[in-house]
Amino acid sequence: MTTAEDLRARVGEFLAAHDPKTTDRLEFLRARFDAGLAWVHYPAGLGGLDAARELQSVVDGEFAAAGAPDNNPRRIGIGLGMAAPTILRFGTEEQRKRYLRPLWTGEEVWCQLFSEPGAGSDLAALGTRAVRDGDEWVVTGQKVWTSVAHLARFAILVTRTDPDVPKHQGMTYFVCDMTAPGVDVRPLRQLTGEAEFNEVFLEGVRVPDANRLGAVGEGWKVAQTTLMNERVAIGGQASPREGGLIGILAKTWREHPELRTPDLHERLVRLWADAETARLAASRLRQQLAVGAPGPEGSAMKLAFARLQQEMTGLEIELAGADGLRYDDWTMTRPERVDMLGRGPGYRYLRAKGNSIEGGTSEVLRNIIAERVLGLPSEPRVDKDVAWKDLPR
Amino acid sequence: MSDLLYSEVEEDLRSSVRDLFADKASAASVLARTESEEPYDLKLWRTLAGELGLAGLSVPEELGGQGASAREVAVVLEELGRAVVPVPFLGSAVLATSALLACGTDESDQVLRRLATGEAIGVLAVPLTLWPGAEFPSAVKADGGVLNGRIGLVADASVADVLIVPAVTEQGHALYAVEGATVTEATSLDLTRRLADVTLDGTPGRLVAGPDRATAALERALLEGAGLLASEQLGVAQWCLDETVAYLKQRYQFGRPVGSFQALKHRLADLYLELAMARAAARNAADTLATGGDDAGIAVAVAQSSCASVAVHAAEEAVQMHGGIGMTWEHPAHLYLKRAKSDQLALGTPGRHRATLAHLANLPA
Repeated sequence: MTTAEDLRARVGEFLAAHDPKTTDRLEFLRARFDAGLAWVHYPAGLGGLDAARELQSVVDGEFAAAGAPDNNPRRIGIGLGMAAPTILRFGTEEQRKRYLRPLWTGEEVWCQLFSEPGAGSDLAALGTRAVRDGDEWVVTGQKVWTSVAHLARFAILVTRTDPDVPKHQGMTYFVCDMTAPGVDVRPLRQLTGEAEFNEVFLEGVRVPDANRLGAVGEGWKVAQTTLMNERVAIGGQASPREGGLIGILAKTWREHPELRTPDLHERLVRLWADAETARLAASRLRQQLAVGAPGPEGSAMKLAFARLQQEMTGLEIELAGADGLRYDDWTMTRPERVDMLGRGPGYRYLRAKGNSIEGGTSEVLRNIIAERVLGLPSEPRVDKDVAWKDLPR
Repeated sequence: MSDLLYSEVEEDLRSSVRDLFADKASAASVLARTESEEPYDLKLWRTLAGELGLAGLSVPEELGGQGASAREVAVVLEELGRAVVPVPFLGSAVLATSALLACGTDESDQVLRRLATGEAIGVLAVPLTLWPGAEFPSAVKADGGVLNGRIGLVADASVADVLIVPAVTEQGHALYAVEGATVTEATSLDLTRRLADVTLDGTPGRLVAGPDRATAALERALLEGAGLLASEQLGVAQWCLDETVAYLKQRYQFGRPVGSFQALKHRLADLYLELAMARAAARNAADTLATGGDDAGIAVAVAQSSCASVAVHAAEEAVQMHGGIGMTWEHPAHLYLKRAKSDQLALGTPGRHRATLAHLANLPA
């Protein structure tokens, strides 16, 4: 078994051979991948050392302490968090070798072509068609809510390959080249004014069968792996008391006595207590993970976070007095990531509305808690045994 | 950062208490007792004190206790809340014991030994609604060891052998140990924790803390009591959620389990989330009280802000989602509703605790 000590020694040797101050950034990252120090729980030869997943933080800590360049993980979150585990699990050896290294170094950005205008919470209803043509598939349809599609080289793509069977059975999963003819990426402007996401139109896009992940018709199973990793990636993060938005609200309150009213005070103190409680619950979740007993509270945390963010951002506008009527900037931009704290209260208020929709709506999460945690019976499924093509839509 | 999990020792303690309650304090027997001659189960209390040592759980071993901390006391309170067991644990092992431990005098240690071994039941003679940060009570006056006055709505007082009475003397605040007060049981909303009015009419008392210690000792008892009550509230809420989920799985209407309707599932999911939050807050309060950090004020206020209302919400949802059966005397849900609502007023309402929090977190009105 690889231990934390082994890893520290390996990082030490690596840094001795590749001085982060004098080595080119990309060269450094490629060498780090080849040394098995990219994601240590991955197999040897694919950027890892077959070590325990928890040891990754040791390696990241050592590299950060040495001032080494990182792979800008927030920019390539979909590749790291969703595409990579799926390729690792379902990809052929050739696919793994081709995709994982440039994915990890950030040379190739990945996006996710899952949701469609007609398939949101009910993702399995998706209708983007892939029709076989010799060694290729011809893909036609529309995807939506695709972050970084305009920067992406590749996408993970779920398609409908057999409309004559029930919805979960007729799907197939591919890697799609975003530079292929017929791929059209258009910004999707949100209520905040910016376009964080895109719509992706696929018109007769030819995808080689060699790009398929998993068997024909098994796309739902493959997609489950991707989505499970999304939920892991969303898990609570450590923050100090008054970290995040509640700290901004408290600071405004202390600095602007002229804005105080009894109603705002009552709501602020209540939110302060709620934010502190949510922070403690997130800490408790991390403590459970640390002793290897992840609690089912995980799925509940996102629900709590969404509600808190929405209440706090709503209060923040009221706390701003007349300035609450202003908005910082409606210009259409295409940001690489969400920057809640870097924008004004109006933006925060509007963007927080997405917190209860993205990554599983609060309603879907409540179903998950009720059914998988509390063990309550599921809703009757009217679409279970119906061919996809016959579903009402 | 606080340790917010349960240790193995704590889980063992929980199992032994839960097993005992399953055997000796079933919902039916607790319900039947509420209208009997003996609303408190003193036989069970003697078992808790004698066999499990719970009467002196947080008392140091040299004073006859178990030398455990607020963390273990909190776990016992979770189980007591979960079974709404009518024993004077809050009054004796939490409030009176915390006050006496904070006195630290030879006289207080003497009383503490008797409480720790279960030889006597003690009660802190304050209205159950008194909160940490409140003014020292002035209802009782003491002069030369003789006490006069009246204290309304004291929890567990009807089974107490010793009352720890806050009194005002010419020298200042004091705490007295009193035996032989007149105790009149009130008709309380909570059927499993009784309240009583205490009358002192020239009643003698032994001084356990003088002006130098009495105020701080009372404040410490109220702070610990409020912080640990959060765990009892958590236990009440947990029973309500578990019982309601179980019922909705087996209750059929419209040809399907009632628990398959989203309108109910979503409410239970929200309740589950509230409990997850409340558990973190309650554990944090217990751990902070146990480790003696100076953050206890905030930890207790946050826990009470959350847990008191979660317990009430859980009990109200339990009654509602049980439908007609939830409104009956026969079903135990009402015992939890009565406990939850009374606990919301006990040792400071959530609003009172948020007022404290506003002060401690520097969020002035």
